[in-house]
Amino acid sequence: MTDQSIFLSASKPRHDSDAATRRALDDLRRVGRLRPAELLFWGAALASFLVLPGSHLLLSQTAILGLFALSLDLIIGYAGIVSLGHGAFFGLGAYTAGIVSVRLTEEPLSGLVLGGLVAALAGALTGPLLTMRATDLSRLMVTLGIATLLHEGANQLTWLTGGADGLSGVTVAPILGLFEFDLIGTTGYGYCLIVSFVLFLAARRVVTSPYGLSLRAIRDNALRARAMGIPVAARLVGIYAFSAFIAGVAGALLTQVTMFTSLDVLGFERSADVLLVLVLGGVGYLYGGLIGAVLFTVLQDRLATLSPQYWQFWIGLILVVIVLIGRDRLAAVPVRLRAGLSGRKAAAGEGEA
Amino acid sequence: MSGALQTIGLSKRFGGLTATDDVSFTLGHGARHALIGPNGAGKTTFINLLTGVLSANEGTILLEGEDVTRMPQQQRARRGLGRTFQINQLFGAMTPVESVGLAVSERMGGGGQFWRRLGKRTDIVDEIVELLRQFRLIEVMDEPTARLPYGKQRLLEIAVALASQPRVLLLDEPAAGVPEAERGELLDTLAALPRDVSILLIEHDMDLVFSFADRISVLVNGALFAEGTPEVMRNDPRVQDVYLGSDNHV
Repeated sequence: MTDQSIFLSASKPRHDSDAATRRALDDLRRVGRLRPAELLFWGAALASFLVLPGSHLLLSQTAILGLFALSLDLIIGYAGIVSLGHGAFFGLGAYTAGIVSVRLTEEPLSGLVLGGLVAALAGALTGPLLTMRATDLSRLMVTLGIATLLHEGANQLTWLTGGADGLSGVTVAPILGLFEFDLIGTTGYGYCLIVSFVLFLAARRVVTSPYGLSLRAIRDNALRARAMGIPVAARLVGIYAFSAFIAGVAGALLTQVTMFTSLDVLGFERSADVLLVLVLGGVGYLYGGLIGAVLFTVLQDRLATLSPQYWQFWIGLILVVIVLIGRDRLAAVPVRLRAGLSGRKAAAGEGEA
Repeated sequence: MSGALQTIGLSKRFGGLTATDDVSFTLGHGARHALIGPNGAGKTTFINLLTGVLSANEGTILLEGEDVTRMPQQQRARRGLGRTFQINQLFGAMTPVESVGLAVSERMGGGGQFWRRLGKRTDIVDEIVELLRQFRLIEVMDEPTARLPYGKQRLLEIAVALASQPRVLLLDEPAAGVPEAERGELLDTLAALPRDVSILLIEHDMDLVFSFADRISVLVNGALFAEGTPEVMRNDPRVQDVYLGSDNHV
C-alpha cells in the first residue's frame, strides 16, 4: 500500500514533466520544421529546369532576382532594417566578379565567392551606421546615400570599372572545369539554381538558430532585448553583413551568366525593384523574395504583352493594392469564396431535399 | 560596504526639471526593498538610470561594487542587473517558450550561435520548463505572447527577467493593471522569488509593498525623503503626510 502510494506520487509529476518538455521542444523546433509546401517549391524549381529549356535565360534572371530579394528579406523581415540601397551590395558583387574575371582568373567560383566577400565586408563596415540612429527614415537615407556614393564611384573609376561604357571582356571558364556556359543558358540556370538553393539553406539555418531567434526578439522589442543583455548592434551588423554577402553573390551570378556588367547594377532602380519584389512575395518567411521574383517576372511578361507601353502602371497598381489591402486579407478571399460557394450549395441541396 | 547596488549623489535633469535629485541609495544583499512615492516622484526615471536606459548627469552607480555609471544597458544586464517593465515589454510574436529560452541561452553565451538548431540543448529546455512551471505558464507555453491574458503576460515579464539569473532584480510595478482574479497568482510567485536575488520593488499597491518588503524608501520630487523598516515607515507622520495619508484613513 505504502509502496504503491510512493510509486504514484513519484510517477505522476514525472509524466507531466515529460509531456511539458515535449511540448517545449516541439515549440522550439516549430520554425525550423520542413513543410511539404517547401518541397513542392523546390520541386517546381527543378522541374522548370527540366521542362522549360527554352526559358533558361529568363529563368536565370528570375533566380538571381529571387536570391537578391531573399537577401533583403533577411534584414527587413528578420531584423527589421529597411533599406533603399541594397543594390550597393548587388553591384559590388557584380563588379568584383567582373574585375576578378578580367584581371585575376576566369574560374567562376573564385569570382562568385570574392563577390560575396567584398559585399559582406562593405556590409560589415557600413552596418554600424544603421545602428547609430535606428529610425526607419535615417536607415532609408543612409542606405540610399551609400548606394549613390558607390554608383558615382564606379562611374569615376573608369580604369577599373569601364565607367559608363560598362565592364567588357568578362569571360568565364567552365564551372569546376566541366560545365561550359552555353548560349541558351542551360549551364547558367543550373548554376544559378544550385547557388541559390545552397544559400537559401544557409539562410534558413541561420534564421532558425538561437541567433535568428535573437534577431526576431530585437525586431519585436529592442528595449527588452537590451535589458536581456543582448548586444543589439553587433547582432544587427552580423545579419547585415550576411545579407550583403548573399546580395553580392547574386550580383556576381548576374555578371557571370551575362558575361558583362555595367553601372545599372548599382542603380537606384535595382534597389527599388528588389524591394518591390519582396513586398510582392511577402516579408519574413524567406520564400517571399523567391516567389516575388517569379510573380514579378510573370507579371512583367504578361503585362508587357497586354500593354507594352503601360505595364509599369499595372505593376504599380498591384503593389498599392497589396500594401493597402494586405496580403493576409487577399489570401483569405479565395478561402471565403469557396466557403461561400459550398455554403450556397449546401443550402441549395437542402432546398432540393 | 557597498551592497548589491548603490548610487552616490545620482542626479538627472530634463531641461529645468530635476527628475532625480542627488540620490544616494543602497540596496543590500538579498534585500526585499520597496521604493514608493507619489505619481511623478521620479521612480521610473530612477530605474531607467540604474539600468542604463537613461544616463545620469551626475553621480555614480555601483553594481556589486563595480562602477557601471557609463556602461550601456546590455553590459549591465550581462553583469547581473535584471529588470521588469511597468508597461509590458515582451516579444509579442514569440511564445513564452521562445522568450524564456532566448534569455536562458543568452545567459549561457549561446545567443550568438547561428549554426545550431533550436531545441537541440536539453539542458536549456529543462530550465525553460522549470521556469515556466514556477511562473504557472505551462498551459500557455506555446501560444503567441500577444494573445495571452494580461496577468499571464505580467508573469512572463518576471519569468523572462529571472531567466537571466540576475543578482539584482528591479521590479517596476509588477502588479499594475492585473485584474483581481489573477492577482493571487502574481503575489504568490513574487513571494517565491529566490532569496539570493536582491530585489528593488517599485509599487503603488500598499498591500503588496507591506507584505513583500523588509525595507522601504520614499522618493518625493526626485529626492530620497525617508527610509526605514515597514513598521517605522507606516508610523512616520511625514511619510503619511506626503504619500500614505490619503490611502490610510481606514
